Amino acid sequence: MQKVKEVLNRHGNSKDNLIQVMLELQNLSGTNSLPHEWVEFVAVELDMPLSRVYSVITFYSMFGTEPRGKYVVEVCKSAPCHVTGAGSLLAMLEKELQVKPGQTTEDGVFTLIQSACFGACDISPAIKIGDKVYGNLTPEKLSHIVNTYREVQ
Amino acid sequence: MDKVLSARFGKIKPDSVEEYIAAGGYEGLKKTMAMEHVDAIEEIKKANLFGRGGAAYPTGIKWEQAYAIQRGPKYMVCNGDEGEPGTFKDRHILSEDPFELIEGMTIGAYIMGAREGYIYIRGEYTAIQKIVDSAIKNAEKAGYLGKNILGREGFDFTLKVVSGAGAYVCGENTALVESIEGKTGRPRQKPPYIKNCGLYQMPTILNNVETYSCIPWIIKDGGDTFSKKGTEFSGGTKLMCLSGNVQNRGVYEIPFGMTLRELIYDLGGGVTNGRKLKFVHLGGQSGSCFPESLLDTKICYYDLKKAGISLGSGAVVVVDDSHCAVDYLKNSMEFFEEESCGKCTPCREGTYRLVELVDKFTEGTATMEDFNKMKSLAQTMKTSSFCGLGQSAPVPLLTLIKYFEEEFLEHINGTCRTGVCKMR
Repeated sequence: MQKVKEVLNRHGNSKDNLIQVMLELQNLSGTNSLPHEWVEFVAVELDMPLSRVYSVITFYSMFGTEPRGKYVVEVCKSAPCHVTGAGSLLAMLEKELQVKPGQTTEDGVFTLIQSACFGACDISPAIKIGDKVYGNLTPEKLSHIVNTYREVQ
Repeated sequence: MDKVLSARFGKIKPDSVEEYIAAGGYEGLKKTMAMEHVDAIEEIKKANLFGRGGAAYPTGIKWEQAYAIQRGPKYMVCNGDEGEPGTFKDRHILSEDPFELIEGMTIGAYIMGAREGYIYIRGEYTAIQKIVDSAIKNAEKAGYLGKNILGREGFDFTLKVVSGAGAYVCGENTALVESIEGKTGRPRQKPPYIKNCGLYQMPTILNNVETYSCIPWIIKDGGDTFSKKGTEFSGGTKLMCLSGNVQNRGVYEIPFGMTLRELIYDLGGGVTNGRKLKFVHLGGQSGSCFPESLLDTKICYYDLKKAGISLGSGAVVVVDDSHCAVDYLKNSMEFFEEESCGKCTPCREGTYRLVELVDKFTEGTATMEDFNKMKSLAQTMKTSSFCGLGQSAPVPLLTLIKYFEEEFLEHINGTCRTGVCKMR
């Protein structure tokens, strides 16, 4: 909880900063999600009902309440990617990672999700892994990218 | 054509104040500080600048109204929640020339007497948030933000980057303000309007990244000069985002008055793989889809409006003839179903039911009754949804039906001419 306290203090223990606090905590979690105990702790510290805190974090798509893989692989499914082959990209990733959207690989490294546009339409079809965006993807490029993340393990 | 917004793109280190100044930066702010407030607003009015986020409200009028409000403190807020699919222009400003935005907001703060400002940037742009944050810190060090800006006693203005966390609806200005306050981003009842009762219930001046970024140029070179770059009805230039099945995808700064055909074929190099253009989806997911016959329309708020189209954010998604209109619609409707915030029934239930109905078409199980139900539900959503999201979500549906009705009828009979829809 020391970590959580530190983040809260840096944001001045303010309700206004709830989203910013939670984004930072999710990054620190190692599971790309917000553990229930942390959420409870934040609610108490900010003097907010737990339900209110959950209503905020479940509203925004970037937050997870269940543990996710170390890397969240997001496949854009919005129109510009849709018309330039996002569907086949998703199929390739499903094969490469052996999971369906919403699932995490057995080794806990990757979680595959479909996401809305993240502004990489000039290089569609695109995927996003953590902060990094990859575009103009072909099957070869894709499996190369996935492997570099695997090797870091 | 000399560029207004993209002139410095790629030529300066984005977070360096020195390089920004050497490239003509901060002239606008200095000039504003030697002007009467009302004269500065007058320049913006002359510029014929319309809000670049999508709503196209005249910025000069907006600022004049905000200036007249006596209550305070006033807040400057920037909408950098660029979540509209096919839109990536603000990304370029934020990551390649964030100072033009910062200067624009500082000019606003000077005129309005605001001391605090927020730049709300979507959560997906984490790397870009860091660039803007660093630019702000450097501006503070150089005396362009913070206390007594440029040595002017009492001219204090601080800026803060706030991150979104993945919610399209936060691009709606009252939802955005809710989100800055740390709450769920659901739109507020209007009125009261944000200019009277915005962030922390205080008067708030809220503009899109691109809108603010036009301000320094307008003050520096004059509203008339800016206006003349465009058409009689739309001043200046516009960042257009080309994507989809087009050769040269990317952001183009164009003068208002260029036609869509010139943009797509001359600058964009035409459709990829030698295919034919089927339709263009203009302005974002809630914009109109229209065929080639309308491509000679000028990019100008007035001309587009006359043709029944809205420019929106400037997204131009080109779709070639290998795609199915109904399948494309399904993709659009699924987007709105997911992004509906759930506050009002017409949008929450309407988007859900529209997906359900479109699904029947893609599966070949739809009937004429479904077709009529779909059209009637779209009208209901348009007239009774709480905010712009639900009101405009049916636009792609209505325009695709207008131009490709035949394809919808074919789906009722169980055929998809492109073979994209897997009929049962």
